[in-house]
Amino acid sequence: MTTKPSMKAFTEQVTELPPGLSPVDNYAGERLMTSPFHERQAALNLRDSWEAWNGYKFANHYYDVEYEYICIRNLCGTYDITPMQKYLIEGPDAEAMLNRMVTRDVNKLKVGRVTYCCWCTDEGRMIDDGTIFKLDEGRYMLTSGSPSNAWLRMAAFGFENVTYVDKTDDIGALSFQGPMTCEVLKKMGFEGIDTLKPFGIMHFPFAGDTIMISRTGFTGDLGYELWITADKGLELWDALYEAGADYGIQPYGEAATSMARLEAGFILPYVEFAESLKTVHFKHDQTPFELGLGWLVDFKKPHFSGRAALLEEKKRGPGYVLTKIEIEGNKPAEESHLYRDKACRKEIGWVTSAMWSPVVKSNIALAMIQPKYLSGDIWAEISYKKEMKPRWKIAKCTVVDKPFYTPARAKATPPPKF
Amino acid sequence: MKHYDAIIIGAGHNGLTNGAYLAKAGLDVLVVEKNDYIGGAAVSREMTDGYWYSSCSYVCSMMRQVIHRDLNLTRHGLMLVPYLGTAAFGKQGETMLSYTAEGPAYNEIRRISQHDADAMSRLMADLERYSTLIRKTLLRTPPDPTSFKPRDIMELLFLAKTFWEMGEEQLYEYIRFFTMSAAEFLEDYFENDFIKAAMATPGIIGTALGIYSPGSAYILLHHVMGDVDGNIGAWGLARGGMGAISNALAGALQEHGGEIKTKAGVDQIMVKDSKVKGVVLENGDELTSDIVVSNLDAKRTFTKVMDQKDLPPGIYEKANNFKIRGSSGKVNIALSGVPKFTGVPDNRYINRGGQAFIGGLETLERAYDCWKRGEWSSDPFIESVIPSAWDPTVAPAGNHWMSNFIQYCPPKLADGPWTPEKRDAFGQTVIDKIERHAPGFKDLIVHMEVRTPHEIENEVGLTEGNIFQGELTIDQLLFNRPFPGYAQYRMPVKNMYMCGSSTHPGGGVSSACGANAAREILIDLKKPNTVPEDDCYDD
Ligand SMILES: Cc1cc2nc3c(=O)[nH]c(=O)nc-3n(C[C@H](O)[C@H](O)[C@H](O)COP(=O)(O)OP(=O)(O)OC[C@H]3O[C@@H](n4cnc5c(N)ncnc54)[C@H](O)[C@@H]3O)c2cc1C
Repeated sequence: MTTKPSMKAFTEQVTELPPGLSPVDNYAGERLMTSPFHERQAALNLRDSWEAWNGYKFANHYYDVEYEYICIRNLCGTYDITPMQKYLIEGPDAEAMLNRMVTRDVNKLKVGRVTYCCWCTDEGRMIDDGTIFKLDEGRYMLTSGSPSNAWLRMAAFGFENVTYVDKTDDIGALSFQGPMTCEVLKKMGFEGIDTLKPFGIMHFPFAGDTIMISRTGFTGDLGYELWITADKGLELWDALYEAGADYGIQPYGEAATSMARLEAGFILPYVEFAESLKTVHFKHDQTPFELGLGWLVDFKKPHFSGRAALLEEKKRGPGYVLTKIEIEGNKPAEESHLYRDKACRKEIGWVTSAMWSPVVKSNIALAMIQPKYLSGDIWAEISYKKEMKPRWKIAKCTVVDKPFYTPARAKATPPPKF
Repeated sequence: MKHYDAIIIGAGHNGLTNGAYLAKAGLDVLVVEKNDYIGGAAVSREMTDGYWYSSCSYVCSMMRQVIHRDLNLTRHGLMLVPYLGTAAFGKQGETMLSYTAEGPAYNEIRRISQHDADAMSRLMADLERYSTLIRKTLLRTPPDPTSFKPRDIMELLFLAKTFWEMGEEQLYEYIRFFTMSAAEFLEDYFENDFIKAAMATPGIIGTALGIYSPGSAYILLHHVMGDVDGNIGAWGLARGGMGAISNALAGALQEHGGEIKTKAGVDQIMVKDSKVKGVVLENGDELTSDIVVSNLDAKRTFTKVMDQKDLPPGIYEKANNFKIRGSSGKVNIALSGVPKFTGVPDNRYINRGGQAFIGGLETLERAYDCWKRGEWSSDPFIESVIPSAWDPTVAPAGNHWMSNFIQYCPPKLADGPWTPEKRDAFGQTVIDKIERHAPGFKDLIVHMEVRTPHEIENEVGLTEGNIFQGELTIDQLLFNRPFPGYAQYRMPVKNMYMCGSSTHPGGGVSSACGANAAREILIDLKKPNTVPEDDCYDD
């Protein structure tokens, strides 16, 4: 730091310290919270690329977005999911409460298993999606992308024997994804981890504490999520990175996550859906049916929030439905409008996320499209820039049924060596 | 015995691509391969326990991504992984590192020459402009400039238009490119000898030209025109080694009902009344087919597996004079750890990518002088990469293998034929040079495989070990490849075609030759063309 001496001279001249050098951080309130893994992550964030998630400092990327993405598909990487909201829901009424809250049937969930779910308003509009971990009988962990304390209070209304505690700041969580993850966990001594099935949970002793490992993730690939008491975070990080060194372990951020999840066909809040409770305009939010999550709605349950409205929506059919499409050429169709005809006269939908998929070598997108137009021609009007010059093209789209990338290893137990 | 619609000689990646497209179009296809493995020069072989060498080609950037997508090669197990962070080594041990992000990359060159750091962006823009043009021709059949067929005229017009759009000045520049040397070309940009040398090396890879030889500028372009997901000039690895590309193509071929027969070297192409009838294998078996496609290089095709009497006059001579001089060697080394290179920080990004052991411009030219004399240089240019640092499937965890490509290595030695002793002595110069930049390197060696042009020719059947199946000089490019008048994959005997790298657009793992040949065959059979157009980056 060559600037130091001159700074010192400067501070000697003036009686009041310049703000940056004040012993009291006058900007403390502006700064974000840091996760238990922050110290290590900050050292590896060579691009100083930070964003915020639920008040936490959180990396967009560390080194290079494509590199981090390819680590997920080729080697292994960690993604800090500490900022994801985690609630411990306990008591004899916990199951009934969750069952009334979410659209999926929680009765079917066995101890040691995880399920993906969503919850809606009485109007059947989606509030958020998340996962429920059945830790024991009458003991659950619910995760969600956004804070849900207020909604949980409403959801628990009328149930006497249930408590919910926000554990977000107490638990450090890393999503550990990629084909080499099982090998690394084996090397760390988590014996039997290779027998863990998708959506299963296991516990292991770690650093005088217990680590919970679930075979879950947001990449559509082989992967696990690691849950540990916050103050054991660095110990976990160091052990994981030591074991992973020979397997190319790399932290990855939001940008790489977003690529992997799009290939897997997963949705993101404020990309695919607007959280209903925060939406100003009526029907700018979505129903599960519109988002292709109809399979999460279990009408066999006698009652849950939004049931009546969703039943009606199912009968009527959604106005738009989230659809996977492949688009000719290689210009990502970001924010494109979709048309029935090449002349772009009849608008039938819009693209929510789009990218060039390095692994399938295809131009892919998720789009909201009116169902009645799904079987015919679909054209995207793509705007892009070429060396500053704005350009546009009309490209043909093809509807795809399955996720764009589904490696067999994601479902195999035990997972293959590579 | 079964009669096939088409027999393809050679299961190189182009033969497999050709077969896959013919099978996809409904033809009954058989690929016959002399080796007991497929892939030709795009192959992964386990030469020692748990280490999989990409024995010949080792990096990938020319592979047509539209073919990857169209033949579902991802589903057939192919995944391409870009690699980053190459280190170049100079004469005095100085280094130049290629950082991934723009800022650090600029600072690194500026450390050596402020002028050259600024000039680098102009070079990159120029190379991208020129390569955009060539890329447009890759998945197209070259027009015959002497023909008046509508298709040829249309193609000529396409070429003329594409080139004309560059503007007059750029057009002259471009024409100069085909006749200039790599060193002269770079003289226009840089002042620093080491930087010039580092940027010139793609101009000599695989070619029997020197950095000062006219024509090497084009070779440079040929090596930077590829891309990984649109990052032009970037190179990637195939997960599982280069053989993963051939294996995925074989998967696509078999998915469409095509067959592959290994250990089935072809002795002769059968010709009757100037028309092919099938092939005779080395074991004497006769296999009949309507069509025969050769994946072998032009010289081998016409002088080794055909009878001169079956050919129209002049072809044998043309094939015999086809420029296919071997000039490269390959040393594959299994290592018990990552080598520590002097002057290179040991971190996950920079000590793991490629290495270019260069020296300077003079080192490169001296190495070429040795080649001309039929010797190998004691200070060769080595281009290396450690695939296992990126690909967990090709070496046991914590261990590595290093691919070393050596320019130059003569196919014929001045002092008599290659012997195992001479081969090993050549290999020794390679590990000696690496050891100079990575003390302790030799102690890491677990196994090594030294390949001179002699081994490459014997194993893969590349005449003289020429990696491109024929020199990439203007007299053998585009409508001159392999010979003028025969650039459209049809050969002088009826129903015979060529699909290997001896045809347009030439060497490299691209699948383009095989796909283009398939298109011509389908046209002749009056079948719908199922070979896709290339992805365009220029719209
Ligand atoms: C050492 C080396 C390094 C290279 N590095 C790279 C690189 O990094 N990147 C890149 O893109 N390119 C590289 N290349 C070039 C690239 O590998 C080749 O251009 C390409 O693989 C050629 O493919 P092909 O299908 O046209 O022919 P080939 O791979 O030559 O296939 C021909 C096939 O025919 C078979 N055959 C020969 N004779 C007979 C017979 N009589 N009967 C039956 N079968 C026969 C052979 O065994 C072989 O399988 C390299 C090449 C070499 C040799």
